Amino acid sequence: MNISRRQILILLPAAAVAWKSVLAGTPETASNYTMSDHWWGMLIDIPKCIGCGNCVRACAMENDVPDGHFRTWVERYHVSDEDMTNPEVISPDGGKEGFPVAEEDSKKYFFVPKMCNHCADSPCTQVCPVGATFVAPDGVVLVDPKYCLGCAYCVQACPYGCRYIHPVKEVADKCTLCYHRITKGLTTACCESCPTGARQLVDLKDPKDPIHEFLKTHPVQVLKPQMATGAKAFYNGLDGSVR
Amino acid sequence: MSVFKDAGHLFRFAGLFVLAFLLFLVIRHFVVPPSFGQYGHYRGAAMGEIAARPVKFAGHETCEACHSDVADAKKAGKHAHVNCEACHGPQEKHATSDDPSATKPPLPDSAVLCVRCHTASAAKPKGFPQVNPAEHSNGMPCDTCHKPHNPGMDAGGPK
Repeated sequence: MNISRRQILILLPAAAVAWKSVLAGTPETASNYTMSDHWWGMLIDIPKCIGCGNCVRACAMENDVPDGHFRTWVERYHVSDEDMTNPEVISPDGGKEGFPVAEEDSKKYFFVPKMCNHCADSPCTQVCPVGATFVAPDGVVLVDPKYCLGCAYCVQACPYGCRYIHPVKEVADKCTLCYHRITKGLTTACCESCPTGARQLVDLKDPKDPIHEFLKTHPVQVLKPQMATGAKAFYNGLDGSVR
Repeated sequence: MSVFKDAGHLFRFAGLFVLAFLLFLVIRHFVVPPSFGQYGHYRGAAMGEIAARPVKFAGHETCEACHSDVADAKKAGKHAHVNCEACHGPQEKHATSDDPSATKPPLPDSAVLCVRCHTASAAKPKGFPQVNPAEHSNGMPCDTCHKPHNPGMDAGGPK
């Protein structure tokens, strides 16, 4: 068989493309966990939060969160009825060791636990220049520490301030919704250690999840809905002064 | 073939382009991880790596598998929905150990533990049980009167 130089020049790239698709291999199969069966979120019930800081401590222990950085934290709001747009907000060490005792006065108090909202249309993943952060097929926003360059675009892009640059690894770090736990059938560390049930892991694709009934019967809001991030941290009893 | 008589230099140039393209494909094959693009513009294998991180909180179902007596005591009282590790801390090592008694968690100090939730503060929800610890117990440890797993006074007093 005689193959001309021209035929070789056409055949070689075609062969290379074909070989690449052979090498791509088959997708990994995780045991007993199908990503497409889940769409994870979190329910945060503000009237139940007592500001004990259990969630902040549990998160730090479970995920080795460095001191001074937080994947979840608790804020205490102190709002006067005349000036709702200027609440006093404190979060000493993220609320890790609780809050100072508050005396009764004319203003209202409440606690707001904060964390990654695992947005369906997340601003943080859209700005990543290298594809190191992404919304997984089960709705969890994750960071690939091996691919992240630490450019911190995502830290700036998150409207909720939920990301930080890990001081040792020098890559972006954030709440994984305890991905290593929920893929094994456990709940998150913060939910596991919340004594009042103020935090509930929810699976919006599970028809038996009580979240569906809860969303139907309660006034539930997400943070900064005007930003249309598709946030999946649902807040029950969220005050209008919360930013 | 008279059209191509003087076009040899063009073919050689085109050949260079094709070679460069092939080189690009070869380099790309080695630098792009195989799972990149499997689900989207990211490395699909990253999810498996994140999911493989170690668990530290075992979960209350794991605790209850052995400590069913405590689970039963807890069910009857106000702490029914407070999970074990909310007070005892992460126990995966204790739960998966061959010798659980060697990794037994220290007993929490009620002077620190109870007040964290139950110290009276105007910031807490009104219905939540809260006391001023100094006035309430006069310095006595909480577990003098309350059983931590079922703290109600009708539950039989000291543990």
